[in-house]
Amino acid sequence: MRPSEGALLTAAGLERRFGAHRVLAGVDLTLGAGETLVIAGPNGAGKTTLVRILAGLTRATAGTVTLLGRAVRPGDPESRRPIGFVSHESLLYDDLSLHDNLAFAARLHGAPDPGAAAAAALESAGLAGRAASSPRALSRGMLQRAAIARALIHRPALLLLDEPFTGLDAPAARALRGTLEAHAAGGGAAVVVTHHLREAWSAATQVALLREGRWALHEDRPGALDPFLARAGALVDA
Amino acid sequence: MRDALGLALVIAAKDIRAELRSRTALTSAVVFAALMLVVFSFSREPASLSRAALAPSALWITFALAAMTTLNRAFAVEREHGALDGLLLAPMPRESIFFGKLLGNLAFVFVVEAFTLPLFVVFFNVGLGRALPGLLLTSVLATVGFVAVGTVFSAMTVRTRFAELMLPVLLLPFMVPPLVGAVQVTARLLAERPLSEVSAWLRLLAVYDVVFVTICALVFPSVMDE
Repeated sequence: MRPSEGALLTAAGLERRFGAHRVLAGVDLTLGAGETLVIAGPNGAGKTTLVRILAGLTRATAGTVTLLGRAVRPGDPESRRPIGFVSHESLLYDDLSLHDNLAFAARLHGAPDPGAAAAAALESAGLAGRAASSPRALSRGMLQRAAIARALIHRPALLLLDEPFTGLDAPAARALRGTLEAHAAGGGAAVVVTHHLREAWSAATQVALLREGRWALHEDRPGALDPFLARAGALVDA
Repeated sequence: MRDALGLALVIAAKDIRAELRSRTALTSAVVFAALMLVVFSFSREPASLSRAALAPSALWITFALAAMTTLNRAFAVEREHGALDGLLLAPMPRESIFFGKLLGNLAFVFVVEAFTLPLFVVFFNVGLGRALPGLLLTSVLATVGFVAVGTVFSAMTVRTRFAELMLPVLLLPFMVPPLVGAVQVTARLLAERPLSEVSAWLRLLAVYDVVFVTICALVFPSVMDE
């Protein structure tokens, strides 16, 4: 573990129980500006729960999350401002156009010109031509690109991405890796949960394997993926 | 505070825009209300129960059940594709979400009531005349309270199985006070009694609104948090 002083994101002793079932059992992490942590692990390891706790969407049974020196708590709206979030779902409304969806997200984050912010986000996601479409009219890959554009619309300092490569074709996956690298180069940090380490490997500065709610591995990214996979064993896919 | 109110308006505007595009909830609620009035109008024994005697109860039961159909939809749209997470992640107090959804729901219910009232006049052959301003005031006072409670219960039940069954079960007991008050006021207004005769009921409806809107705003944040 790195020292947490000056860290952008710190999580300490995160635990989460659902009844008698312990999903997270004391997870610590520290991310500095420009760092990207890629987390893999088998189904049910607690990856999604961890990301939701980091986002302030799920309460931890124990432990704390600090972002830019401020505790992330549901009762503190400002603590959520630096967070961009991509989940398994798109967070988009079927009954709004893509442009209106993104403009709504920009308005919620206080963008001075939500319409322009939405148009720019659609442009950079390669979806400008579908601005008037309903999300239900988009392919899975387009929907994922729109969800990522939504998460980035307020230029968050911390990106939390849960399976962001799902449904993306090779060019879109490459573009997402580019986005992650640009985000890190701009001083942001990111946590990426994935079943497919190879997709996110080049963007990672830290890699971790979560198993039964604990880190089974957590280290600076080694140069090559294959030796890491050899140690991670059958618990992760390439 | 101004920001919080502004964000509530952003959420209400989003709901209205989405509804104008789909017209799902409003169309269903208006058709449902019309069918309810038909049922009330024809399923009575004319010799023992006049239309005039039944009219106030029929109007308010129709308003209440039609409102329920729109309230059922209020948070269901937020659950589709996890959009609720987008609201919860935004840098705004949970109360802004409550007031935003409340304003959106009130807009829908008032529109349903506006469509229902002329149908009520036709089916029940009542002349609103001088009763109309009082009836509009009563509609506002009675509707705000139960829609506030319905907004919280809609948020609560949307995460449960059988949400559409749970909402009426939870909400109907809380609807009793405003419905009783509204029926009493409506009966007197339709009988062309002066507004001063129903002022106590109107005050009761106003107190219900203040108390329950406040309680709902306080309770809502804990309903939202997992």
